[in-house]
Amino acid sequence: MRPAMSLLLESRPESVDQPRQIDPGLTTEDRIFRSSVSAVGVFVLVLTGSIGVFLGYQLIPTLGHYGFRFFTETRWLPEQDKVGIAAVVVGTIVVAIIALTVAFPLALLTALFISEYAPGQKVKATLVAVVDLMAAVPSIIYGLWGAALLQPQVQPLSRWLSQNLGWIPFFKVSSTNPDAAAWEPTKYVGSAFIAGIVVAMMVIPLACSVMRGVFALAPLGEREAAYALGSTRWGMIRTVVLPFGRGGIIGGTMLGMGRALGETIAVLLIISPDTVIKLSILTTGTDTISALIAGRFGEATSHQLTALLAAGFVLFLITLAVNTVAAIFIGRSRSGAALEI
Amino acid sequence: MNVSAWFGRNKVLERVNLAMPERTVTALIGPSGCGKSTFLRILNRMHESVASAALSGEVRLNGEDIYAPAQRITETRKRIGMVFQKPNPFPAMSIEDNVAAGLRLTGTRVSRSDKADLVERSLTRAGLWNEVKDRLAQPGSALSGGQQQRLCIARSLAVDPEILLMDEPCSALDPTSTRRIEQTIAEIASDVTIVIVTHNMQQAQRVSEHCAFFLAEQRTPGSIVEAGLTKDLFGSPKDKRTADYVNGRFG
Repeated sequence: MRPAMSLLLESRPESVDQPRQIDPGLTTEDRIFRSSVSAVGVFVLVLTGSIGVFLGYQLIPTLGHYGFRFFTETRWLPEQDKVGIAAVVVGTIVVAIIALTVAFPLALLTALFISEYAPGQKVKATLVAVVDLMAAVPSIIYGLWGAALLQPQVQPLSRWLSQNLGWIPFFKVSSTNPDAAAWEPTKYVGSAFIAGIVVAMMVIPLACSVMRGVFALAPLGEREAAYALGSTRWGMIRTVVLPFGRGGIIGGTMLGMGRALGETIAVLLIISPDTVIKLSILTTGTDTISALIAGRFGEATSHQLTALLAAGFVLFLITLAVNTVAAIFIGRSRSGAALEI
Repeated sequence: MNVSAWFGRNKVLERVNLAMPERTVTALIGPSGCGKSTFLRILNRMHESVASAALSGEVRLNGEDIYAPAQRITETRKRIGMVFQKPNPFPAMSIEDNVAAGLRLTGTRVSRSDKADLVERSLTRAGLWNEVKDRLAQPGSALSGGQQQRLCIARSLAVDPEILLMDEPCSALDPTSTRRIEQTIAEIASDVTIVIVTHNMQQAQRVSEHCAFFLAEQRTPGSIVEAGLTKDLFGSPKDKRTADYVNGRFG
C-alpha cells in the first residue's frame, strides 16, 4: 500500500514576497543542441542575405558606368552603351498581372470545386493529384507547349480581342489592321498575352493548393448553422467558406504572383524580345527581367554582366516584397493562422 | 414515426415513434450516446449531411412527410430551425447581419426598414435586444457565450420557423446564461414548437411539458423507453429504467 501523500503549500515566514528563481538552466546536451540548431538557422539567413548583398553590390559598378538612367532607360543596347531596366520591369509586371488574371478565377473555382462540390473521395483525390501534377511539369515543357501548340490557337483570339475590344488600350494593336481580310498572324506572335497565359498554368497549381487548404479548414459549426437556416450549398459557401478563406485566397494568389514574376524559361521560349514599354499586350514583343538575363547572359561583356546582375537584384527585391506581403496577409487572417504554408 | 437510423452499418436508432404537439416544449432526455441528437438532426434533415448516414421511417410535419421526394430540403429547414450546442454566430458579419443571415441565405429580399424591424423583433424575442441595440454593427463574435447563443436563437427565429430544435443549447454556458435562455424558451413557446435535447434533468422539468426518455443499452440501438407529460415521467414513471434515470441512479 502506498503511503498517503499530501500536498503541502508552505510559506516561510522569513522569506520576502519576491518571485523565486525556478529555471534550473540548461543541461549541456540542451545547450549543444540549441546552438547547433540556431547555427543552421542563422546560416540559412546568411545564405539568403548574401545572395541579396551580392546582387545589390552589382548596383555600384552598374550605376557608376551607366548612371541613374539605368532605371529610366528602356532599351537594352550594350553596343551603344544605352542600358536600362525600365522596360523589363514593366514587362515583368505586365506578364505577371496577365498570368494572375487568367490564373485567379481558374484556381479559385477549381479549389472550390475540389473542396466543396467534388462527388466522393476518389474524385477529389484524383483532382488533387492532377492539379499537383501541374506543378511538377518542368517550365521548359510549358514553354514548348506554349510556343508550339498554344500560340497558333491564341492568335485568332488575339485578333478577335483587338477587333472587338480594341477601344481598351490594352487590346489595341496598332501595327496591323485586324479587320483586314488577310490579317497578319505574325503580328500577334510572341506577345505578353501568350506568355501570361503560359505562366498562368504554372501559377494555378500553387494558388489552388493554398486555397484548397484554407477551404478545408472552414469550421463545421458555422457550416451547419448556415444549412440549419435553410441555406443552399452556394449560400453556405458564400457566407462561411469564402469569408473564412479570404486570407488564404489573397495569400495564395500573391504567392502565385511571386512565382510568376520570376518565371524564366517559359517566357523566354515564347516572347520576341523587344525592350519597349507598351500597354498593348496582344502585339508581338515584350521582355521580362528573367528572360532578359537568360537571353543575354551568354554574350555579356563585363559591364553588361554587372548590369544584368543589377537587374536581377531589382527582381529579387520585387519578389521579396510580394512574398512578404503575401505572408502577412495569410498570417493575419483566421484561416492563415491555422495553415502552414 | 418508426424512425430508425444508421451511420454506415451501425444502427443507432431503433423504431422511434414520437408525437410532439405544437406550441409546446418537448424535452428529449437520456444518457450520452443514446441517439437523442441523431434523432433531433433527423427532424430537420441534417442527419443526411453525413456521408454514411441513412434512415427509415417518416417524419410528418402537419401530416406531410418531410422526406418525401417532392419536399425541398431548404424549405423544410426554414420551417424547422435548429440551435446548436456550441454557439456559432458568423464571425465575419455584424450582429445585425447575423440575425438577417437567414434571409440572405434563403434568397428572401426585404427592404431595409423591414430588415431593421425583423432584426429588432427577433432580438427581442430572443431576449437580446436591450443588450445589443446600441452595438448592432459589431461583429457577431464580440459577444459573451450566453449572448452568442441568444444571437443564434434570434437568427433562427428570424426566418419564422414553426418548430425550433435545440441541441443541448445550454451545456456550454454558465448558470446565469442558462437561466436567461430557459426564460427565452418559455417566452417563445407560445408561437413556436420547441424540441430540446438536454442532459440536465432539472432543466427538462423546468422548461418542458412533454418529455421522452431515450436509452441505448450495451450495443443496441437507441429507442424511446417512455414518453409522456413531464410531470408524469418524473413524478410517476412507468418503467423502472426511467425511474432509475430520473432519480440519478445512472447517466
